[in-house]
Amino acid sequence: MKNNNLGHSQPLLKMSNIQIEGFADERWHKIIKGIDLTLHRGQILGLIGESGAGKSTLGLAAMGFARPGCRFTGGEVEFDGLNLTKMPEYAKRKLWGTRITYVAQSAAAAFNPAHRLLDQTIESTVRGKIKPELEAKADAKKLYEELQLPEPDLIGDRYPHQVSGGQLQRVMTAMAMSAKPDLIIFDEPTTALDVTTQAEVLASMRFIVEQYNTAAIYITHDLSVVAQMADDIKVLRYGEEVEEANTREMLSNPKKDYTKSLWSVRSIDKKEKSNDDYVLEINNVSAAYGASKVLFDVDIKLPRGRTVAVVGESGSGKSTTARVITGLLPPSNGQVVFNGSSLLPALNQRSKEELRKIQMIYQMADVAMNPKQTVSEIVGRPLEFYHGLKGKEQDRRTIELLEMIELDESFMDRLPNELSGGQKQRVCLARALAADPEIIICDEVTSALDQIVQEGILKLLMKLQDELNVSYLFITHDISTVKAISDEVVVMFQGKVIEQGPKTKIFSPPHPEYTQLLLSAVPEMDPDWLTNYLDSKT
Amino acid sequence: MSEDKIPQDYSAKSEVGFVRVRRTRFQRTLIDLKKAPPTALLGMIIILTYIIVALFAAQIAPYGEAEVFLVPYAPWGGDHILGTDQIGRDIFTRLIYGARNTVGIALMTTLLAFLIGVFFGLLAAILGGWADQALSRLVDVMMAIPSLIFALMLLSIFGTNAVNLIIILAILESTRVFRLTRAVGLNVVVMDYVEVARLRGEKIGWIIRKEILPNILPPLVAEFGLRFCFTFLAIAALSFLGLGIQPPSADWGSMVRENAGLINFAHYDIQSGLTPLLPAAAIAILTVGVNFVVDWFLQKTSGIRDEK
Repeated sequence: MKNNNLGHSQPLLKMSNIQIEGFADERWHKIIKGIDLTLHRGQILGLIGESGAGKSTLGLAAMGFARPGCRFTGGEVEFDGLNLTKMPEYAKRKLWGTRITYVAQSAAAAFNPAHRLLDQTIESTVRGKIKPELEAKADAKKLYEELQLPEPDLIGDRYPHQVSGGQLQRVMTAMAMSAKPDLIIFDEPTTALDVTTQAEVLASMRFIVEQYNTAAIYITHDLSVVAQMADDIKVLRYGEEVEEANTREMLSNPKKDYTKSLWSVRSIDKKEKSNDDYVLEINNVSAAYGASKVLFDVDIKLPRGRTVAVVGESGSGKSTTARVITGLLPPSNGQVVFNGSSLLPALNQRSKEELRKIQMIYQMADVAMNPKQTVSEIVGRPLEFYHGLKGKEQDRRTIELLEMIELDESFMDRLPNELSGGQKQRVCLARALAADPEIIICDEVTSALDQIVQEGILKLLMKLQDELNVSYLFITHDISTVKAISDEVVVMFQGKVIEQGPKTKIFSPPHPEYTQLLLSAVPEMDPDWLTNYLDSKT
Repeated sequence: MSEDKIPQDYSAKSEVGFVRVRRTRFQRTLIDLKKAPPTALLGMIIILTYIIVALFAAQIAPYGEAEVFLVPYAPWGGDHILGTDQIGRDIFTRLIYGARNTVGIALMTTLLAFLIGVFFGLLAAILGGWADQALSRLVDVMMAIPSLIFALMLLSIFGTNAVNLIIILAILESTRVFRLTRAVGLNVVVMDYVEVARLRGEKIGWIIRKEILPNILPPLVAEFGLRFCFTFLAIAALSFLGLGIQPPSADWGSMVRENAGLINFAHYDIQSGLTPLLPAAAIAILTVGVNFVVDWFLQKTSGIRDEK
């Protein structure tokens, strides 16, 4: 992080009183309500806030761009003496991709699958006539090297699907740097990556931005990430600025209540309890999708009324384990023991009673609910199916369940698209509870949600566990969630269980090598964390 | 989130502060109708007119469907507004009854085609694997044979009557419906909410009816309109070839055929020349009307809009 020569020189980017409206539900809504922003050369500004706070809209506005369906209604964007709000479209196009570049959240969606990476990296540089093609290619290879991509001379000849997600995100950074722009806008560039990959991508992005003294706007909802990247942080909420300050000051001494609440969300700390009465035991389970084996001799024990968190990167076999338990994927070997008796491997061999006792909640609540059914139909169906409740009885119980998840009767007639992300997940929880289960498998249930909403859901899960003595198998890649709610932890890597044990034991040294890597790669809310992490690795 | 209501403390209930009052289906339909483009309204008027004419054919028509008068090829005007045909039947009357026969059979055929196509399409989408392969390849084989020739062949084997006509055309048309249903069904089958229903232990019929069908209805309804037009044209074509709806039932396809010769006299009497074109126009207008409505419906549900 650098804070030099920001001084009183002419700012590179000056946005004053920006107002943007978006069109939805047949009327214009204010998305950005008058925000000022100044950025100097070499400065990195972090924009943080919940979803819907207007972060991305503001980031794009810095390019003089409003998404389709959005419009500028006031304010000015001045970039290096040029007024972007008054500039015609074709003139702005000349700036985009050469002097101002953009790194999107999902690199996989932003690349054209039909062209080689190198050609895409230099496309706008060559088209903008910044450099001749050969020179641009040589520079791109140098960037690949600086971004620590493997085989920098050759990787550019590959197609997007031939490299990993983390590598693609770095190629995209190279693409943004190719024309040596004055300003880069990073829009949640690491959100889709695993923690171990994320740390490396962050390090290489920070290095490259410092190297070329580029100004950057870094948009994220993850505080610990922004702490590593930004010189200054601006907090947004509902399209308004909450506060802006230097990163260290913001972290140590936030002024506004809202900011404090953002900072303190991971305050949940569950007292660890153990239990020798196991409700579910997975013994020696191996499983495969067709010919490719994905689980190898997995052993997991779930004590009654407790929470076991399963952690690991994507591809480690966490979700596959859940599919084996529910019977969606019959194991090739081993067995699932439930309440002391072995469950039949396939879903359609199991009895209704067995199905009822194991319920599942998904990561994406919006696709886990039928968009054409109302909340009362969604929650009511398991009541009717398992318990034979109909009509008034069913309604009464549905309302009871809605109250358990801290919603109320007024939600009965809503369709899923009329609920917020957190509410959707709560309704999914209510649907699972309607079956009166003994086990709920939670597959990344909070990872698509904002931090404050996550905290609410986690607290609710813990409260319900106290009241109903239900057991959770909590699948996640987020270590701080694990710390917050689990009793026991299972670490998985490449289809194998690395270790299982009580939370305190897993999180205190000595660790097996992989656990160590996983734990150390989780960003902390300390601006020096990334530097220390990199030092410790060398 | 509405602008005036920003909650200060977090609570799950207040996350969405702005929710519209749920309108009833009837209210929503009214609003949709008000916003419909003029072409769609015209299309609806045309369809409505055809339906009324088909339903009340006996009341509207001046004569009986197969009533034969003394003068064949009578000119327009007089007792017979549009003249009579080659054996002296009133053409206006037969046009009206034609609406009932041709449109009715086309509607029945399309409905049956959808019943078969949607059921097997969804079965293929849900079961996957061998069942899907078997059904899909069978459909491929049927689609490889030109459908008009296939229909002609089957009709000459099984005999020409209304029931055979409906069943044979429905089975041939259902191959297209199968393909569409399977394709859109596959997108829905992989959704988590279908998995939730399977994990709950729901039967396949319930999953089809409650979880999948409501979510693939818009493309199916649009396809229904188009398919109806094609079926309709296929019946007219078959009748024109003499294998469709059999006399004395009035039908537009055979009316074109029977009176086609009159077109040669257009030189001497423009009205008689127009006579064979009247049933053809009846077919064309209905096809255009249905397509207007289908276009509007597609636009509404797919979100594709003409740039203005």
